[in-house]
Amino acid sequence: MATTLSRDAVAGRPVDPAAPLLVVEDLHVEFRIEAGTVRAVNGLSYTLRRGETVAILGESGSGKSVSAQAVMGIIDSPPGFVTGGSVRFRGVELLDLSEADRRRVRGDRIAMIFQDALTALNPVFPVGWQIAEMFRMHRGVPRKEAREKAIELMERVKIPSARTRAGSYPHEFSGGMRQRVMIAMALSLDPEILIADEPTTALDVTVQAQIMALLAELQQQTGMGLILITHDLGVVAEVADQVVVMYAGREVEKGPSLPVYHRPAHPYTLGLMDSLPRRDVHTERLRPIKGSPPDLLAIPPGCPFRPRCPYARDICAAEEPPLAAVTSEHVSACHFWEEVSRERAGA
Amino acid sequence: MSDRDRERLFTSSPAPVVASFEELEAEPIIRREGSLYADAWRQLRRRPMFIISGVLIVILAVMAIWPGLFTRADPRACNLADSLLRPSSEHWFGTDVQGCDYYARTIWGARVSITIGVLVTACSTLIAVLLGSMAGYYGGWVDTVIARLTDIWFAIPTILGGIVILRSVFSTRGLLQVSLVLIVLGWPTMLRLVRSAVMATKEMDYVDAARALGVRNFRIIRRHILPNAVAPVIVYATITVGVIISAEAALSFLGVGLQLPAISWGLMISVAQNRILTAPHLLLFPGAFLSVTVFSFILMGDALRDALDPRLR
Repeated sequence: MATTLSRDAVAGRPVDPAAPLLVVEDLHVEFRIEAGTVRAVNGLSYTLRRGETVAILGESGSGKSVSAQAVMGIIDSPPGFVTGGSVRFRGVELLDLSEADRRRVRGDRIAMIFQDALTALNPVFPVGWQIAEMFRMHRGVPRKEAREKAIELMERVKIPSARTRAGSYPHEFSGGMRQRVMIAMALSLDPEILIADEPTTALDVTVQAQIMALLAELQQQTGMGLILITHDLGVVAEVADQVVVMYAGREVEKGPSLPVYHRPAHPYTLGLMDSLPRRDVHTERLRPIKGSPPDLLAIPPGCPFRPRCPYARDICAAEEPPLAAVTSEHVSACHFWEEVSRERAGA
Repeated sequence: MSDRDRERLFTSSPAPVVASFEELEAEPIIRREGSLYADAWRQLRRRPMFIISGVLIVILAVMAIWPGLFTRADPRACNLADSLLRPSSEHWFGTDVQGCDYYARTIWGARVSITIGVLVTACSTLIAVLLGSMAGYYGGWVDTVIARLTDIWFAIPTILGGIVILRSVFSTRGLLQVSLVLIVLGWPTMLRLVRSAVMATKEMDYVDAARALGVRNFRIIRRHILPNAVAPVIVYATITVGVIISAEAALSFLGVGLQLPAISWGLMISVAQNRILTAPHLLLFPGAFLSVTVFSFILMGDALRDALDPRLR
């Protein structure tokens, strides 16, 4: 997987050796549609270091996928616009790059895999061809050599009898194998960051575990940073170093994954925990979060989670809670975070 | 990640928390039964509609390329003494006013019809694919300009527009002039088809995935959009060959298409119209060949549509 291309510059700009792999700061994304302006991401910040995993957790429409698309620079514009903030890859501001330069960063330095690998693979070409295409396109590798490299990669992501399977079409693979193909494509150019947008949602539970194990193993081999976009708390607890919980486009809780998982300090995170079955606690029934997320076209003033929040009081309707420091690394956007975090204090 | 972490990863599956709160929203995964073209071919091989039209098209193509295989007679060697003979063992299809062998002329007529049909379809498809994929993929003002121009162009009726252009612009009317006019008037329908197919394909996840992996727009169109959007275009192009052949015949019949001494079915029918009652064979043979040819291409188009459109399965 050695590449001869210089990794010390991004689109001709020298990287800052001291800078973390990726710093996202106060990112704002909005969609201007006829019905109004949807503020899909409203001030998201996180830092990804080499070899680490940041999980972005949230339900549909929370802005988690859009934030990843903004990092990749693949938001359809119009209607989508990145209206503020900063995305620095090893110290180089990506939002300032031209579209041509951003395209060179995509795939090569930052790659992405998608939820449903069946629809994310081109149905009319064999998978080996599609992986080989990455080498031919970005590196100008000759056809035959690219095919060999593709087979090597398929072996690396543990697709059995890779040589014969390279000629098969996406629909001839199972869901888990297709996701492996997608991972092979994404890893073909040895990216420094891999963004996985719900990589296991479309898969069976046992296959989910295999894919997550594969990603963890590849991460260990390559030292790449992983941004894991998910709504699955179980996955988060297992693999993430940092967690950002998003709700209605805002970050509501953020911190190292174990404290967030074991002692959530935001009622939304707590609600997510309670709405899932647990092996260690026997309960008669699950407690779902009541209500539904706000209409992003008309987010009410104050705390966006207020209508669904059991802790809500008058101040929640008046003031949007700032990020309060629970510990030096753990923050929560709740007026009553202390009360919330006591909930699990004994657990 | 430490070894302990990895151990936790492997031993904790199924994870303590496994359900996801989006489960209820999950859509059923649609499985495709086979690759589109492999499936289509498997289905086509068994269909009489495809076999009949395929055989007819092959015969017509051979007739157009090597008419000598079907007839020894020279279509231009005419003997006025043999004028208007009825079909006989010597002249299978009889003779025309000039005393030319009508069978030879009918066979040679295939060349013009097929050439015009294929040439016009190929050129309009090319124009449509180039402009249509740009309009459909880029959208915005590119789409506005191309699509509105197409709409205006689309409003010109083919035969009427053909009559006007052929009569006013060209002094001679040969195969090239007629083809050019039909190309100029024929591309809008095809373009609208390509544009809509591209717009639909553009929304597919693999196009987003390709963008996320740094693929250039041009390559996305070539590798990801066109191969997946081409099925309806193939179907329509096949039918168009038949439609264009009949349009050429119509123009020639109306006296604004090909001119004598060219040999074409439309022209033969045009000449025959004055003698329908006295020499019906003059109309019958080129008419039958024309009908069978147009029918073959339309039948082929229908067979391809049935095979390539998964919704009809």
